[in-house]
Amino acid sequence: MYNLLAATTVAQTESDYQPLLPETGELVVGTIAFAIVLILVGKFLVPKIQETLAERSNQIEGGLKRAEEAQAEAQATLDDYKAKLAEARHEASRLREEAREQGAQIVAEMREQAQAEARRIVEAAQSQIEAERQQALQQLRAEVGTLSVELAGRVVGESLEDSARQSRVVDRFLEELEGRARTQEQITS
Amino acid sequence: MSAPRLLAAEGETFQDHVPGLNIFDWPPLFENGPAWLDWLTKPTLIVLLSALAIIVFAWRAFRAPQLVPKGVQNVGEVAYLFVRDQVARPMIGADGDRWMPFLFSTFFFILFMNLSGVIPVLQLPATSHIAIPIVLALVVYVMMLFLSIKHQGLVGYFKNMMFPPGLPGPIYVILAPIELLSNIILRPFTHAVRLFANMFAGHLLIAFFASVAWWFLAEKLTVLGAGIGIVGFLMSIIMTAFEIFVQSLQAFIFTLLAASYIGGALHPEH
Repeated sequence: MYNLLAATTVAQTESDYQPLLPETGELVVGTIAFAIVLILVGKFLVPKIQETLAERSNQIEGGLKRAEEAQAEAQATLDDYKAKLAEARHEASRLREEAREQGAQIVAEMREQAQAEARRIVEAAQSQIEAERQQALQQLRAEVGTLSVELAGRVVGESLEDSARQSRVVDRFLEELEGRARTQEQITS
Repeated sequence: MSAPRLLAAEGETFQDHVPGLNIFDWPPLFENGPAWLDWLTKPTLIVLLSALAIIVFAWRAFRAPQLVPKGVQNVGEVAYLFVRDQVARPMIGADGDRWMPFLFSTFFFILFMNLSGVIPVLQLPATSHIAIPIVLALVVYVMMLFLSIKHQGLVGYFKNMMFPPGLPGPIYVILAPIELLSNIILRPFTHAVRLFANMFAGHLLIAFFASVAWWFLAEKLTVLGAGIGIVGFLMSIIMTAFEIFVQSLQAFIFTLLAASYIGGALHPEH
């Protein structure tokens, strides 16, 4: 049977090793190795990754900020467009209204002008008719005079001997007169 | 590592093979090498390899960092952010990033030296040799003293340390010497020994269970002993896993304390 449970004490092995006494060689090697690690890793390599990490977070933050700005700009542009659109619609309806008013006004003006023109034409025609009537009257008056004189001459010239002849003369005269009056009428109308 | 025979008369027992302090005692790497190479032992070799490992890792990860990381840089960034967010910023504060070069280097240097305790062939945490924690703790200690005096003044430093305001008068009679002792004398000592003792004990434990397994399963396989050997074998696996945890934890704690000392020097009010 092995005496193993009692054998687990460390002190029983023979060694003059002193675990709590640092060895000079290990102190020196440890110091140098630690110094090299601190210089190479600490001084040169770690700052590089620190820079990269800082730059990365900067870029991410910058990217987010840029995206936000772009969104805000897009929103502003959209608002602007909407405002402009509304304004344009308003303007268009205003113009339509204006055009309608103007159209109505133009129609009214035209109607008035046309009426005035018509009135003017009618007046002109009336005055012309009046003038022609006056002219006809004067002409008639003059002709009636000469005719009367002529008739009187003829009546006197025929020496009223015969009542039958007399009536014939008168009839002839009247017929002549009628014929003239007819021609006169045809001319004036 | 052949142990002397104490009970040779009855044949070898496991007692002769229990790993002890001797497993930390390493002669020069080249036994018949030149005298100027005597410093090169297994522990110093591990220190150099760990330094090389962290340098190569940082070189590959951080030499030409890209804004969009890939490959090793991803791993390096995770490592950097871990130290920054778990150690530097909580312990030092907003200006913790300034101390990241030191904290990052220290953490991974210690971590690699610790992890060499479970890496096949190496299988010795360099920090189980007290000289290494002493060097590291001493650097932190000197930095702490320098920063404290620089930021608080020599008188202010001791005044802040020994006479924090807001306590009833008689308390200071007890508090002042305790604070002085704990801050100036014990602090570097505990800082170094905490790391050393954990690695030392962990290495011893793994070595012990591995020896049990080897002895009872390979050297002296018996019916009764086989059970013990299997237990030792399983325990050495469990302890190795546990040691990976302890090695990482101790590297973390050492760096955390270093950051806390630096933070205390910069912002004594906290």
